Amino acid sequence: MTDTTARPIKELDHVVIRFAGDSGDGMQLTGDRFTSASAVFGNDLSTMPDFPAEIRAPAGTLAGVSAFQVNISDHDILTPGDEPDVLVAMNPAALKANVGDLPRGGTLIVNSDTFDERSLTKAGYAASPLGDGSLDAFTVYEVPMTSLTIEATKEAGAKPRDAERSKNFFALGLLTWMYTRPEEPTLQWITERFASKPVVAASNTLAFKAGHAFGETAELFSNAYEVRPADLAPGEYTSITGNVALAWGLIAAAHLAKLPLFLGSYPITPASDILHELSKHKNFGVRTLQAEDEIAGVGAALGAAFGGQLACTTTSGPGVDLKAETIGLAISLELPLLIIDIQRGGPSTGLPTKTEQSDLLLAMYGRHGESPLPIVAAKTPSHCFETAIEAARIALKYRTPVILLSDGYLANGSEPWKLPNAEELADISVPFATEPNHEGEFWPYLRDPETLARPWAIPGTPGLEHRVGGIEKAEGTGNISYDPANHEAMTHIRAAKVAGIAKELPGVEVDHEDGADLLVLGWGSTYGAIGAAVRRVRARGQKVASAHLVHLNPFPLDLGEVLSRYRQVLIPEMNLGQLSRLIRAEFLVDAKSLTKVQGQPFRASEIENKILEMVSA
Amino acid sequence: MTDVSVPVTTKKDWSSDQEVRWCPGCGDYSILTAVQMLMPELGVRRENTVFVSGIGCAARLPYYMNTYGMHGIHGRAPAIATGLAVTRPDLDVWVITGDGDALSIGGNHLIHALRRNVNLTILLFNNQIYGLTKGQYSPTSEVGKVTKSTPFGSVDTPFNPISLALGAEATFVARTHDMDRKHMMETFRRAHAHKGAAFVEIYQNCNVFNDGAFEQITGRENRASQLIPLVHGEPIRFGAEQEMGVRLDGQGRAQIVRVADVGEEHILVHDEAREEPGLAFTLSRLARGPHEPTPIGVFRAVERPDYGAALQQQLVEAQERKGPGDLKALLSSGATWQV
Repeated sequence: MTDTTARPIKELDHVVIRFAGDSGDGMQLTGDRFTSASAVFGNDLSTMPDFPAEIRAPAGTLAGVSAFQVNISDHDILTPGDEPDVLVAMNPAALKANVGDLPRGGTLIVNSDTFDERSLTKAGYAASPLGDGSLDAFTVYEVPMTSLTIEATKEAGAKPRDAERSKNFFALGLLTWMYTRPEEPTLQWITERFASKPVVAASNTLAFKAGHAFGETAELFSNAYEVRPADLAPGEYTSITGNVALAWGLIAAAHLAKLPLFLGSYPITPASDILHELSKHKNFGVRTLQAEDEIAGVGAALGAAFGGQLACTTTSGPGVDLKAETIGLAISLELPLLIIDIQRGGPSTGLPTKTEQSDLLLAMYGRHGESPLPIVAAKTPSHCFETAIEAARIALKYRTPVILLSDGYLANGSEPWKLPNAEELADISVPFATEPNHEGEFWPYLRDPETLARPWAIPGTPGLEHRVGGIEKAEGTGNISYDPANHEAMTHIRAAKVAGIAKELPGVEVDHEDGADLLVLGWGSTYGAIGAAVRRVRARGQKVASAHLVHLNPFPLDLGEVLSRYRQVLIPEMNLGQLSRLIRAEFLVDAKSLTKVQGQPFRASEIENKILEMVSA
Repeated sequence: MTDVSVPVTTKKDWSSDQEVRWCPGCGDYSILTAVQMLMPELGVRRENTVFVSGIGCAARLPYYMNTYGMHGIHGRAPAIATGLAVTRPDLDVWVITGDGDALSIGGNHLIHALRRNVNLTILLFNNQIYGLTKGQYSPTSEVGKVTKSTPFGSVDTPFNPISLALGAEATFVARTHDMDRKHMMETFRRAHAHKGAAFVEIYQNCNVFNDGAFEQITGRENRASQLIPLVHGEPIRFGAEQEMGVRLDGQGRAQIVRVADVGEEHILVHDEAREEPGLAFTLSRLARGPHEPTPIGVFRAVERPDYGAALQQQLVEAQERKGPGDLKALLSSGATWQV
C-alpha cells in the first residue's frame, strides 16, 4: 500500500471537471455531490448541467449522454468554465460527445469496462479509441469502474446488476481523492439519502470508498491535486440553483409585502422546479395550484391578485405564448401579477432542456394592442432571489404585471450564495384602498399622480364594490367607455405608468476603465461569460468597459447617456440580437451584436475574441 | 345560517348604476332580475360577493351587479374564479358564462373547476347560439342548425351540458329556464348553498339569433306537458294531471310512461343525493333536445370536500407541523458554511 502522505500534492487555482455518462448513469447526481463537497470546503464554484430532453434516451447512444460541468476555484469565478480540464467518460458515447471540448493536454478518465464492441458500435466508433492513438493528445486513465464497483460492493449483498449502478459513486470517490475533497459530506449524504434502502446505501458507500482507495493506491495518478478555498467575503454561504433562489425570492417577496403568496402553474421544463419548491413551503401560507393548463395557471393567479394576494405564474417560452391574452387582461385591469419565464431554446418545443435568451422581444411585445409591461432579468443563479423581490416590488407599487426572465442555464446552474440578512430586506408592502376616493364614491381608476397606479381595492372591503374588465375603461370611474379620446388617453397613461418606473431605478453600473472606448452591454445569464471575457481582455492590457442590465423595460434613465460615452458598443446575447434591436431603436446607437443559439451559454473566450477584434479594429 | 348582522337589502341595493345593454326582449334580463331579487334573500353581504365572467352576452352581467366583479376573457372565468375562490374562502364567487364561453373556448377550465370542486356557483346561460358575434352555431346547437357559419346546416354533434357536468365529477348539477323566475330563484338558491362547485344550466332565449329555441318546452301552455320537474324524494311525474311519469326499463334506460299504464309504484323516485352519478346521467339523456319532455331541477347534489378548503387544511397542518414560516431559517435550510 502506498503512503499517500508521501505523494506530492499539486496546488491549482481552479479546475473544470466534466462528468459525462449515460442519462441513467447518475451523472447529475455525481456532479452535484462533487459540487457540494467543494462548496463546503470553501471553493467558489459554478456549475452547468447538460442533459437530454428524453427521460431515458436509448442507453449507450449519443442522444442519451448526460453531462455536468463544475468549475471550482480558489478565487471568485463567473462561469462554469469554457473547456473542461478533466473529462470523466462513463461510456464510449459520453467520450465521443464530449472529447471534442477537451483541450490538448487535458485529463481523460474513462470507464474501460464499457468499451466493448456493442457499446462502441452504438456510439458510432468503428474501433476502440483506447489504444488507437486518437487520444494521444490527452493524459488518459483507463479505469475498469464497473468491475471494480461490483467487486467492492459484494459484501453489501446487492445483485450484480444493482451493484453496477453504484459505479457513479466509484467515479465520485476517485475524483474526491484526486482533488483532495473532503469525504465526510458525501458519506453522510449517502447515509441520509438512502436511509430507507440500506443495501443501496451500503453499496454506494463501498463504491465511493473503493474509488477513493483506488486513487490512493493505484499507480495511475502521479499527483493529487488541491484547489485551495477561495477568498470569498466573510459570511454564511449556501450553494443555490437559480430556480430555488427564485422560489425563495418569491417567498421573501410575499413576506416583505405582508401578503400571502399564490402560484398558479402548469409543469414545464425548465421551470417546474419552482413549482416543486414552492409547494413544499405551505407553512409560509403559500398556495400552489397545479392548473389544468398554462392559461388556467395565469388566470388563477390573476383571480388571486384581484383578491389581494401576491400572485405569480411560472413557465417557459411556450407557456408565455399561451398566457399572452391573460397578461393583456392584467395590463388592462392594472393588477399586480408576476410572470416568470425560464427561457429555453425555441421556437415551438425547440430545445426544452437547453438554454437561450430569446424571449426578450416576446416579453416586450408579445401581446395584441399597446400593452407595455415592466421586464426584469436575473443575471446569476443567486441573483434570481433579489430579482424576484424586485419584480414583486414593481408589480405591487405600480399595479402591473411584470415579466421576470431567467433561463435554463441559471435555473439549473448553481453557485455559492452569501445569505442575505432576512431582517435587513426592505419592506415592499403597499396599502389596499379602504375608503371612497371621489366625493363619497369609489373610483377604481382614479390614480396616484406620482406613480399613476390605480387603487387596489379587494373584495371584502365594504363600500368599494366595483367592476373591472377587459373592455376599455373611462379614466377615473372605470366604467366601460368606447369614447375615442378616452381610449387614446388611457393608452398613453398605461405607457406612461410603465415608462415612469425608470425615475426610481438606479443608474447603470458601469465597470469602466480609463481609456476604454468599447462598452460590452449584457443582460441575463451572459453576466458570467462577459465578466470573465472582460477580465481576460484586461489581463492582455487592452481597455474595455462593461455594464449589465437588470431592468429591460423601462431601461434605466441614464442608459442613453452611458452608451453615448463609448465609441463602440457590443451586445452578446443568446438570441439573434434582441436587446441589440431595442437599444438601436431606442437610442440610435450602432450597437454590434454577438449572438449564439446553440443551447449552450457563451464561452468567455468567444466574447473575449470578439472584444479583441473590436478594440484592435 | 343567516348572519343577523347582515344589513337588510333590496333588489335595488344589488343593482349597479350601469345601463343594462342587452337586446330588448333578451332572456338575460329575466335571469338578471332573478339574481338581483335572490341576493337580498341569501343573507350575504355585497362586499363579499364577486361575479366573474368570460366573454359573450351573458358575460356582461357582472357590470349590472352592485358587487365586486370581473369581466374577464373568453372561456377563462372558471380559471380566474378558481384563483379567487381558493385564496379567499370568505367570498361568494359566482361564475357567469354562456354555451360558447363555457363549453367551447373554455371547456377545459369548466371541467377542471367541476372535478376539483372549487367553491363556485356557475350559471351557464345556454341559448344554443353565438349572440355577441352575431349568430354562429354553438357547441349546444342542434345538428342541422342553419346559421351564418353553417349555411348548409351544422354537422356537429352538440354537447348536453348536464351530461358533461356529470361526467366531469360535478357535485351539484341543475337545470332551469328563463321563463320561470320562481324556479330560477329556487335553483340558484340551492346552487349558492352548495359547498363546492355548483353547476346550473339555464335555458335562455336569444330573441335575435335563435328565437323560440326552447318555446316547445318552456312556453306557458307547453310547460306542464313538456317540463319534468325533478324533486328529491318524489316520484318523477309531470303533465297537467301528473298523469305522466318516468320509469327505468329492464335495460336501465329511463323512459316516459303513463302512470296509469305502469302503476305508481313503478315510477322512479328521484334521488339527487345518490353517490353514483349513473342515474342522474340517464335522466340527463331523457330528452334529446329542448323539443320533447325535458327534466328540470336538481339532477345531482352530493357532498365532497371542496378544493379550497382541502388546500387550506394542508396549510394549517403544515403550520402545526413545522411552525409558521421563518425566512431566516429557510435561507439556511440547505448545507451552509461559514467563510
